[in-house]
Amino acid sequence: MARPPLLIPRPEGLYCPGGDFFIDPARPVARALITHGHSDHARPGHGAVMATRETLDIMAIRYGEDFTRSRHIADGAITIGGVTVSFHPAGHILGSAQIAVTGGGCRIVVSGDYARVPTPTCARFEPVPCDIFVTEATFALPVFRHPPPETEIARLLASVAAFPDRSHLIGAYALGKAQRLIAALRQAGWDAPIYIHGALHQLCDYHVAQGINLGDLRPATEGKKADFAGTIVIAPPSAFATAWAQRFPDPVIGFASGWMQVRARARQRGVELPLILSDHVDWPALTATITELDPAEVWITHGREDALMRWCEMTQRAARPLHLVGYEDDAE
Amino acid sequence: MSLTAFATLLERLAFTPQRLGKERLLADAFTRMPDPERGLMLAALTGDLKLRQVTPSLLRGLTEMRADAQLFSYSYDFVGDLAETIALIWPEGTRTDPPLSEVVHELATAPKTRLPALITARLDSLGPSERYAYLKLATGALRVGVSARLARTAFAAWANLPLPQVEEIWHALQPPYLDLFAWASGSPRPEAAARAPFRPVMLSTPTDLDQLSALDPADFAAEWKWDGIRIQAVSDGGTRRLYSRTGEDISTAFPDVVDLMAFDGTLDGELLVRRDDEIASFADLQQRLNRKTVTPAMLRSHPAGLRLYDVLIWNGQDLRDEPYDARRAVLAQAVATLNPRIDLSPDLPFATWDDLAALRLNPPAAVIEGVMIKRRDSPYLAGRMKGPWFKWKRDPHLIDAVLMYAQRGHGKRSGYYSDFTFGVWNGDDLVPVGKAYFGFTDAELKDLDRFVRTNTIERFGVVRSVARTKVVEVAFEGLNRSSRHKSGVAMRFPRINRIRDDKPAVEADHLSTLQAMLTN
Ligand SMILES: [Zn+2]
Ligand SMILES: [Zn+2]
Repeated sequence: MARPPLLIPRPEGLYCPGGDFFIDPARPVARALITHGHSDHARPGHGAVMATRETLDIMAIRYGEDFTRSRHIADGAITIGGVTVSFHPAGHILGSAQIAVTGGGCRIVVSGDYARVPTPTCARFEPVPCDIFVTEATFALPVFRHPPPETEIARLLASVAAFPDRSHLIGAYALGKAQRLIAALRQAGWDAPIYIHGALHQLCDYHVAQGINLGDLRPATEGKKADFAGTIVIAPPSAFATAWAQRFPDPVIGFASGWMQVRARARQRGVELPLILSDHVDWPALTATITELDPAEVWITHGREDALMRWCEMTQRAARPLHLVGYEDDAE
Repeated sequence: MSLTAFATLLERLAFTPQRLGKERLLADAFTRMPDPERGLMLAALTGDLKLRQVTPSLLRGLTEMRADAQLFSYSYDFVGDLAETIALIWPEGTRTDPPLSEVVHELATAPKTRLPALITARLDSLGPSERYAYLKLATGALRVGVSARLARTAFAAWANLPLPQVEEIWHALQPPYLDLFAWASGSPRPEAAARAPFRPVMLSTPTDLDQLSALDPADFAAEWKWDGIRIQAVSDGGTRRLYSRTGEDISTAFPDVVDLMAFDGTLDGELLVRRDDEIASFADLQQRLNRKTVTPAMLRSHPAGLRLYDVLIWNGQDLRDEPYDARRAVLAQAVATLNPRIDLSPDLPFATWDDLAALRLNPPAAVIEGVMIKRRDSPYLAGRMKGPWFKWKRDPHLIDAVLMYAQRGHGKRSGYYSDFTFGVWNGDDLVPVGKAYFGFTDAELKDLDRFVRTNTIERFGVVRSVARTKVVEVAFEGLNRSSRHKSGVAMRFPRINRIRDDKPAVEADHLSTLQAMLTN
């Protein structure tokens, strides 16, 4: 009799029959393992949740303490039913993990979202040898070769110097990208106060409490218009469409995202200063990771599956798209 | 200027929405760059560099030797711009930073058979944004929002020279404009050496009955304001050119008019489509304007001609310092010697401003936009100054429309919804009939912005669809038939005149009202 597969795609998400749990399910389930705190991966309402301590904290911050009935901190190798699971850093955002599921002599690594560019805001991606590597494909096109973050930060600082009378309003998603941006500015030596939108406070505070140095952060609510000349203000992109943006003097609108590599994307958003700053693997890092791990099979969760499928075909790797629903590939 | 500096400038220009911001960037480039690089940069931006046209299919073929054709096609689908896709997908090699002049020279002179090898070698040795700039240069489509007019304005401001003088010689100069930049640093003004140069045109300011009543009608002449394209027709020692009022050479679109220009001089007038005695609508003229090449059928169905307002130069004599009346006398004699498809815009007889107001209210043709009023003693001056020439337009058309969509503005309007799409009723549905992003006061903008934020019903990317409850009065100058718009009509210069919070949406105008305006 053939053993049931270790993981199978179901409408709710990726399911493990041996351990009776889902990984990053898009709908409420009895037992969920969560790779990281982004809302398309971590949803409220599951019966029990296993994740890293940081991911559990982040879910509580975003959804309230009652986001699940029981929390389990992932630590070391854990046996669930007939399988063993372990969490390994994914380098994407604070607390992000790849989940390795081992059973019946086979190991599958579900990488969630991952990045290989180091950042002070989270632990570096750890390559875990496996038979099946489950990967995202957010930036899986050969046109995505993200420049080093330092050159993008240098462009931002050059623009601040060139327009001392204007404020720089940079859009960055509240969880992960905002802190990655702030930390990169600090590494580049920008030690002036950075002003942040209210939606960023709690998450920035949490990063600081975890020992991540974000420097002098101030709410972007205090002060007169003129006080914001020459400053850097960080806000979730949705804030630019609100009256909130009107308080700043002739702002230079920027946006920190891997999508900014494509001009049309930048123009669509009305961006004057596109900053290519990503927390996902770009094409070279994605293909290098698969080459390095050299799994027997590649499964693709979300993004540009067709291009990654084509690359696997060209490099003679077995690959399949999972066609999972519920992941946003735009919210980067 | 190196290619890297050029690439950086392109990027900054493309992402700087404001005109003033673009002008600042150009001024900065003029200062920092040496000759001949800055002149080449300028010519590249305004589309005046004559390089070998590199075709998209050649570039596609070259790229498929460096990247998998299928991955390339997925990428092109996603990026949407060929030059950008190639710039991003091309494998990294060693990075060099050649001078712009070297690259331009190469693209201008290389034999066609050498182009593939040349382009490949360049792409192999450039970084991604340099590859982008290089490919845009090679395909001749920069699209960074720098018109020739903006470039001239930026140059004049930077060089601290009067814009009319810059415009007057610009068309005679060739890239890399060494004499132009020499003029900016104190050398004498270059001669307009080429034949048939453009002379800056004289423009009018708007007026109304209140303003006019302070003036003596006896000091002024009047004529119709024809709704065509204001042109300058220049014939100089056998060279004939037709310029728009901003100095763009539009001769190739109107060979029939150029054929008629058997004179020696510089004339100011209106370009019109004329069928026998009848002057056709502006929409007919636009059909001619939009064509790159003119077919014989088009020449037959949409024949163009000129109606003259003024004369600047006649048989070698510069008349610009003469008074208007004297110039018109010369013009009247001159016209008599020309083909009848070039005629004189007639003088309107009037004794009082009320006489003129009556004429203006009842013009003899639909293609009349109002009246022009010109001081009889005024010389022909470059530019727009208040006093010598006035335009007294027919009152704009007004309709009440319902706000449908809104989009955020740029620059100082960042954060405000300031681009509006409005519609009128067609049966029980609203159909969009135009877009407006000006006309309102600051207070009205705040009101509209607040309305959009609190009444959004749907979002499409950056566009918000709003509840169909806000009525605005839209003013516009004219209406054209349009097959590109769902409504079948296109407004000219629509703007939001005022907010009609006193009107419920059901009382907004119907499409039939606009359709009726089309037919008369
Ligand atoms: Zn994520
Ligand atoms: Zn994701």
